[in-house]
Amino acid sequence: MSDVFDIYLLEAVLNGLLLGGLLALLSLGLNLIFGVIDVVWICYAELIMCGMYAVYYLHVQYHWPLLLAMLAAIGIVALLGLILHQFVIRPVLSAEPINQLLVTGGVLFFLQAAATLAFGIEFKNIGVTLASVRIGEMSFSAARLIAFGVALGGMVGMYLLLTKTYLGTAIRAISQDRAVMPLMGVNPARIFALTSALGGALAGLASCLLVLQYDIHPAIGLSFGPITFLICVLGGLGNMVGGFVAAFIFAQFIAVGGFFFALEWGYVIAFVFFIAVMFWRPRGLFAK
Amino acid sequence: MNYPLHLAILVLLWGYIYTSWSVMGRLGLVSFGHGAFMGIGAYTVVMLWNHFGLTPWLGAIAALIFSAVVAVVIGYPCFRFKIVGHYFALVTLALSEVARLVIVALRDQTGGSLGVTPNGALHEGATASLGALQFSDKVVWLVIVAAFWLGGLWVWRMVDRSMGRLALEAISEEEEAAASIGIHVTRAKLRITIISALMTCAGGILYAQYQLYVNPDTVSGIAISLQMVFGVIAGGMFVMLGPTVGAAFTLLLAEGLRLAFGNRYPALDTTIYGVMLVLFIIYMPRGILGTALALFKRRPT
Repeated sequence: MSDVFDIYLLEAVLNGLLLGGLLALLSLGLNLIFGVIDVVWICYAELIMCGMYAVYYLHVQYHWPLLLAMLAAIGIVALLGLILHQFVIRPVLSAEPINQLLVTGGVLFFLQAAATLAFGIEFKNIGVTLASVRIGEMSFSAARLIAFGVALGGMVGMYLLLTKTYLGTAIRAISQDRAVMPLMGVNPARIFALTSALGGALAGLASCLLVLQYDIHPAIGLSFGPITFLICVLGGLGNMVGGFVAAFIFAQFIAVGGFFFALEWGYVIAFVFFIAVMFWRPRGLFAK
Repeated sequence: MNYPLHLAILVLLWGYIYTSWSVMGRLGLVSFGHGAFMGIGAYTVVMLWNHFGLTPWLGAIAALIFSAVVAVVIGYPCFRFKIVGHYFALVTLALSEVARLVIVALRDQTGGSLGVTPNGALHEGATASLGALQFSDKVVWLVIVAAFWLGGLWVWRMVDRSMGRLALEAISEEEEAAASIGIHVTRAKLRITIISALMTCAGGILYAQYQLYVNPDTVSGIAISLQMVFGVIAGGMFVMLGPTVGAAFTLLLAEGLRLAFGNRYPALDTTIYGVMLVLFIIYMPRGILGTALALFKRRPT
């Protein structure tokens, strides 16, 4: 009996690891935006929802091949990120930080309602079912394994972009000193716009992975939006490595907590852990 | 007759709840967690009534104590360790999600996402049960919520005139400087947070007893917390009647569009509302009433 117990626990831990990869990818774009532009996109998860709808409509309604639809979705969400920055964030860049937080909250309302209006409240599914992979007694969904792999790939790509290219160097420089960089010949407006598009593209990538595992509906953003912010805050807002580690910590709480109790308790434990850590390290676990 | 009455009750009830939020929100403590206090109010009373037959009057006392404890448990460390600005907003956001998830997870007791109805106490044509705090006559409810609304405005005014407001304004400008001139930062913030939490909790109780139905998504969680924040911003955070104007505006917008278009476009009101919120925050950060009053003042008399 205890053998069976252990193997299911191991399965929960490994599933948590896979979930961690996905959450890490979710937090990556948000952290990038915060680190560079110093704005929290409360509507980040709603951008991901838009990407999921894009994949659904292009693939199911217009019969595009799935991969092409996904590439298009990444482009569409990148464009949305750019639009969000130019029309919503730019006018409040010099306003109080809390207004910047709130304005993207307004966008959250808008996107959620607009999706309801345009697509209805029915749950939609792209109808692609991937087999599950069995290892011994344990089974893992292939969608999760793919998501984990792509998430890791995305993060490595992001790392290379930030460290090896001119754009990446400029982005890192801007995030370190906003005032001096314009004097060094870096145009902050251009870097901000590019970063927003990049953050949007990461949200688009996340949407491609989520659409393989979850049904799409207008309120889906609310189910993983809060956890994404909390991961970023736990790792220290703007700290990508911190966010990466925090994602795996959170995922373990959810998976293992959900294994011993109901799934919601896993989330409750993770959120209570978050609140407790904030009291201990108010700027996040890995704040400098 | 019932419909306008129902609308008036909702405007006053939400006006009261938004006012409760703004008591602390306008002093730089932007909480995304007030859904938790509303949920505690609504669910504590209904659970004690349904499972133990405890009258909502005593249930309300339990709920208020519970809210105050939660406000202190979250507030004290936040203020002590200087969690401010959007970190404060995000910590409180976690709180409102915890409240929602706990309600859902305790589904054997709370009915989970399906919500729960307080056991009816109005038998054989009775229209009121004072002990169960259930009234079928909407006029009674109008009087009750109007009294709470006026009480909320009174608290707003008392806070506005108090030394505490000056202290908190100094704190929101520059926390260190405020502390250096002898303001007890943690105590000042905690006091206003408890007041606001208790008021919001009472709003949750009224909501549950009036609607006679509660659901975790309509009384707790991130959606309802954001609704409070944005209602206040739309109306005007810095004027006494701003939150009420916000409540009236959002409800009438929703109802007006529903009457104009029927149910053909279910989310049209929130879509328009979302666009207006974004425009408000960018171009009219003082909200409808705040901007109107500023325009009025500027005009020479």
